[in-house]
Amino acid sequence: MTDDIAIRVRGVSHHFGEADEARHVRALLDTSLDVARGELLCLIGPSGCGKSTLLNVMGGLLEPTTGNVEIGGKPARGPMPRDIAFVFQENALFPWNTVFENVMLGMLFQGVAKAERETRARRSLEAVGLAGFTEHYPGQLSGGMRQRAALARALSLETGILLMDEPFGALDEQTRMILGEDLSVLLARTEKTIVFVTHSLGEAVFLADRVAVFSARPGTVKQVISVNEPHPRKPEFATSEKFTALRNQLYALLHDEIRKAVSQTASATADGAA
Amino acid sequence: MAGRSGGRGWSLGSRAVQAAFLIMLVVLWYLATTRWRVNPLLLPNPVAVLRELGDILRSGEFVDDLRITLTELAIAFALATAGGIVTGYVISRAAYLIRVFEPLFAGIYSIPIILFLPLYVLFFGLGPASKIALGATIGFFPIVLNTIAGFGYVERMLIVAARSMGASDYQLFRYVLLPAALPVILTGLRMGFTIVLLSIIGSETIASLAGLGHRIVHLAEGMDMARMFAYIAFVVVIAVVLNMIVSTLEARGKRQ
Repeated sequence: MTDDIAIRVRGVSHHFGEADEARHVRALLDTSLDVARGELLCLIGPSGCGKSTLLNVMGGLLEPTTGNVEIGGKPARGPMPRDIAFVFQENALFPWNTVFENVMLGMLFQGVAKAERETRARRSLEAVGLAGFTEHYPGQLSGGMRQRAALARALSLETGILLMDEPFGALDEQTRMILGEDLSVLLARTEKTIVFVTHSLGEAVFLADRVAVFSARPGTVKQVISVNEPHPRKPEFATSEKFTALRNQLYALLHDEIRKAVSQTASATADGAA
Repeated sequence: MAGRSGGRGWSLGSRAVQAAFLIMLVVLWYLATTRWRVNPLLLPNPVAVLRELGDILRSGEFVDDLRITLTELAIAFALATAGGIVTGYVISRAAYLIRVFEPLFAGIYSIPIILFLPLYVLFFGLGPASKIALGATIGFFPIVLNTIAGFGYVERMLIVAARSMGASDYQLFRYVLLPAALPVILTGLRMGFTIVLLSIIGSETIASLAGLGHRIVHLAEGMDMARMFAYIAFVVVIAVVLNMIVSTLEARGKRQ
């Protein structure tokens, strides 16, 4: 049973700032969650609900105020570069290195033997469709291509777990549709466990095996919805009745929480002004 | 109007305007000393200045002064660089230190430190030591400020990404912090170099025993105006050449 759980989250809460400070924020409240080995779990919720915080806690980048996380049965303390790779929203490529050097550098940090790095870098860049752009600098690429490069860097690390923090969040709708389709094809070939944070209902339904819906701050998992549809998903899936029904179900769940989050933000702004 | 769209034509055209401006200044200078009869004690004839310059270069009279000024410059710049980079790096490691020292150094940098030259002369004497100490002090500030800015404001996302992939402290420095900070530090070094040169020649003209600045004031006091102008022209050329070298090194460093 435990063997099937890649990430086990138990009673995780996280606060930013000290309890008596004005800036004290309860980002995450008593969250428990299991991520099965090989599944793709989407975290979706209103802004500031703590879904990115949870992702960082899972990856050992952030120590939770209370609760604990186990990765493959071992407690998570600090980054685990051999088990977990990240794809961040943007600006995580080193601008002074070419695409190829960026991918190579990740493996250097992780400790991959020199001889193996180049083969893996070429393979992963080819997998994301950037074989022709290895000598480009990030600044010379479009936002979508930069995220492909970041994905290639994460894939080259050959970790069992991939944590993606709104990787397509800064891209336009068409680009993110294409990237979503490519990602679904790419990930169907690997056995990776993936946690994917997103704002987009459609992206969540299209990519996920399960979708965890967060409540407004302090965030916790409100409900988990299963999308029973095999990978790789075809573009037609996005126009199917099943897709629409699931998307509507998610929207209904999220709507009240987003309203709550918006009124929180409004009152926080008013407090700040006063 | 047409030149604005064509980059190369525009740059050639503006170069021509710059050259014409300088030539016009020399022509005005020449006319002032010949046609408009300005007193040669105030403004010597440019031809006479050129003759003196030729004499200075042929006789090799400038060598001792040039060596002293360049030695002062080299030592002062080396001290400012070492002090500025080490101090700046240490401060950049803690947000608290940045909050305390960055405004402090920026404040000191904005006052004319050359005012303290008399104090430096009292402490270090009239010789090169006081010029070196003053130059190092003045050059320290732009270098330390740019080092703090370079190392202290590296995009946080890059550091998080490197750590998540398992970068060690050394790897983080070598592959993330250093390349991120280098362009900013190089700019600080160029700015530091320019004001070290300025303050050394300046302080030589105020209180000194030797050096190019000293020579210029010495000639002025002896009313040897044509020769003084020739030395000024010599120093201008040296300064332009040094600044070009430093700018080239800066540009090359930033490319890598």
